[in-house]
Amino acid sequence: MVFLNFFISGISLGSIYAIIALGYTMVYGIAKMLNFAHGDVIMVGAYVCFYAVARYNLNPFLGVLIAMIVCTFLGMIVERLAYKPLRQAPSLAVLITAIGMSYFLQNTALLLWSSNPKVFPSIIGRGAFKLFDGRLSVSHITALTIIACIVIMIILSLFISKTKMGKAMRACSEDKGAAQLMGINVNATISLTFAIGSGLAAIAGALLCSAYPTLMPTTGALPGIKAFTAAVFGGIGSIPGAFLGGLMLGVIEIFAKAYISSQLSDAVVFAVLIIVLLVKPAGLLGKLTQEKV
Amino acid sequence: MSKQKTKYITIPSKTILPERDASRKPVLECVNLGITLGGIKAVEDFNLTVGRTEIVGLIGPNGAGKTTVFNLLTKVYQPTTGTILLNDKDTHGMTTTQINKAGIARTFQNIRLFKNLSVADNVKAAMNNEMKYGMLSAILRLPNYKREEIAAHRRALKLLSIFDMQDMADVRAGSLPYGAQRRLEIVRALATSPSLLLLDEPAAGMNPSETAELMDSIRKVHEMFQIAIILIEHDMSLVMNICEGICVLNFGHVIAKGTPDEIQNNPAVIEAYLGRKKEA
Amino acid sequence: MTVRRLINLKRVEARRIYLTYFVVILAYVICQTMSSTKILSSSMRGMLVPICAYMVMSVSLNLVVGISGELSLGHAGFMSVGAFSGVATAILMQNFIPFAPVRLAIAMIIAAVFAAIAGFLIGIPVLRLKGDYLAIVTLAFGEIIKSILNNFYLGVDSGGLQFSMLSDTTRLLQGGRLIIRGPMGISGIQKISTFPAGFILLMISLMIVFNLVSSRSGRAFMAIRDDRIAAESIGLDITRYKMTAFVMSAALAGAAGALFAMNYSTIVANKFDFNTSILILVFVVLGGQGNMLGGIIAAAVLTILPEKLRQFSDYRMLLYAIILIVMMLATNNAEIKEFLNKLNPFRKKEEAE
Repeated sequence: MVFLNFFISGISLGSIYAIIALGYTMVYGIAKMLNFAHGDVIMVGAYVCFYAVARYNLNPFLGVLIAMIVCTFLGMIVERLAYKPLRQAPSLAVLITAIGMSYFLQNTALLLWSSNPKVFPSIIGRGAFKLFDGRLSVSHITALTIIACIVIMIILSLFISKTKMGKAMRACSEDKGAAQLMGINVNATISLTFAIGSGLAAIAGALLCSAYPTLMPTTGALPGIKAFTAAVFGGIGSIPGAFLGGLMLGVIEIFAKAYISSQLSDAVVFAVLIIVLLVKPAGLLGKLTQEKV
Repeated sequence: MSKQKTKYITIPSKTILPERDASRKPVLECVNLGITLGGIKAVEDFNLTVGRTEIVGLIGPNGAGKTTVFNLLTKVYQPTTGTILLNDKDTHGMTTTQINKAGIARTFQNIRLFKNLSVADNVKAAMNNEMKYGMLSAILRLPNYKREEIAAHRRALKLLSIFDMQDMADVRAGSLPYGAQRRLEIVRALATSPSLLLLDEPAAGMNPSETAELMDSIRKVHEMFQIAIILIEHDMSLVMNICEGICVLNFGHVIAKGTPDEIQNNPAVIEAYLGRKKEA
Repeated sequence: MTVRRLINLKRVEARRIYLTYFVVILAYVICQTMSSTKILSSSMRGMLVPICAYMVMSVSLNLVVGISGELSLGHAGFMSVGAFSGVATAILMQNFIPFAPVRLAIAMIIAAVFAAIAGFLIGIPVLRLKGDYLAIVTLAFGEIIKSILNNFYLGVDSGGLQFSMLSDTTRLLQGGRLIIRGPMGISGIQKISTFPAGFILLMISLMIVFNLVSSRSGRAFMAIRDDRIAAESIGLDITRYKMTAFVMSAALAGAAGALFAMNYSTIVANKFDFNTSILILVFVVLGGQGNMLGGIIAAAVLTILPEKLRQFSDYRMLLYAIILIVMMLATNNAEIKEFLNKLNPFRKKEEAE
């Protein structure tokens, strides 16, 4: 039963990672860049949600919605201002710009909201479902997180495979030049990708801070890196990969904390990543492209 | 340069070789070579024997599998079936690097130079394995570093001069004109002192006078180093002029082998290139 | 084609190398004079050694990123391995070698050796991967090194060295000393790093990297960077050369770490986190990949800049971030690039030749 408890909290944490990893993996798939500022968009989403709920006493779900709108625009603005001018630049320059953007968001948050940790109110309270005569307790937020992740996953998969915009996104990730020639607006598509990724980050931010209720300007950094690891783990660029990678990472992290050592849990997570990449150099579900000679 | 007819003779293993190479072991023997790429048999039952100093042409329509053969010979792809004997040694399991050390050097269809290195450095990079000084000598600039670097530089210039490129030694390889880049690739391959040189469409994108110059250079290389050359080329005048033996591929299969004259009159080859004549 | 021609061959590169040495020496002389005549403020004086350490880090990472063409996001890990092993060595030798400069030199050498071993062990898995996957694995290793050092305890007593993981179970005998205390790191370090030592380390690093680059190894590094398949086709051992560059770079980072650590009385593993790795990468990218002098200057500017921005107190990191983004946008803007090229004295000569 203890095992099952750990497993469920692992899946719950993994669901959050998966939602964040989706943002990384979509942006990587289409813009071939590692958007290191993604983790900080989570933090911004969490703050917006916090102020909406805790200060203005809005309905939590309305708060999440506002956070999503703010983050969507934030993502698009960041892309427009910082990444679009670098479309042709070497990937390293884009990486550094993304890191600069990450510092920028963190420090803006620091100025606006100070470094004092805020206690985040859970968006659906702190109750729990008791199962098996109370031996297994699943908090509401845990259940909500897992459900949210599954719903997002289904909607996103349908969007990518069925809609015209989704097809445009897949076309752009294959070959931007050819997509442009086929009449796809590449800039708009990339912008949309950032918008979706950032909107999801807002949801992840609200869920993350409901489960781990300390909110600081650096809150997004570590989950950001972990989710990025999850995206690579599953095969960066692959949406099912992000889902799988996120869940596995969450479970591994919780188990490592429980059964190995809480101080070394991060090391264990990264060690597993390394082992996976050695066996499958493009991640679990990634495609390895072979260079044509 | 007048072209002499090469006499071919059959040797016991049912392969033909130029008369001058017949008494020596062939440099390359491919037996039933084949590879499946993405479920498609890109090359199948490829048999070829190349004499010590033979120039062989590998021709065929686009997509026939010519470059794939080169990739098999240099182990960019590991063959799924068959054997490659290089200087009588089985190359099974070797890597591209080991193949080069064993004696095959190549050029690429899409030029692959070290763009940010100078022309001379491109050539000297290929001499890496014959330079013997260690890292400590390099860091401390010991005498053997200087001695070997100077020797390598001299040799690089000498090789470049075969293609009239010695004056471009300091130029960044990426900024060379197209034809010069192709020639530099050949020089770089030669710098590894190969016993078999694979040229993948060396005349692609060249005008007729450049092609003629290239032809002379290839002959010069052949005479100077006495090595075997396999040439993939679409320019038939070049192939027919320079090659002693020709191997025609279509859909991954060898459809004809023989001297230029035989190939030119081979009905299967004509069909592969021009299509079947419609019976009226 | 005479021998003279060989020596002049890389006129442009040779000038660049000599200019780098010249600028470094000149900067050292100026700083040393200013420092001894007290023109330099004490806060600036305190930064001289860290700046040197960061400069060496920049040169070291440039060997991997600029010359060898692999992205490493965990270079601070090697710095921390060097810092901890170097400081531990210095503490152990305190009684045997009273002369501080010699102790520092030996500590730096030991640090370089330990970091090189770490580099080798990490290189085995890392160098089988490519591109972004390689980058994420270096990041992972950086974090793993940090986690391990955060939970590592090392003590010395009459029975020799004792170490343990996770919690202090070294059970030192009477009179023993706990050197590394897990998350508390090492404290009570004698500050034996000096500016001249930093200068010498930087010069040695430059010499190693420059001389390697203009040798067969350097040509191999750059050939593999430019085209891996072509490099294989001319018989270069890809893994061997990648490993050489990686290990050499790790060793230099280790020495820099030891120099850096012995400028402070306390050092903790968290100092060498992902942000430090990124900071060093920023030096390299801003200075221009493969351009040692650029990287060195970027290291100096970006280390001093946050201090100079201190008057803007709260806004300083924000300004730093904005400067970083604007600089990246500017250096990759086609028109500005054109303009800078016109200013670059080397470019003109290169074209003229």
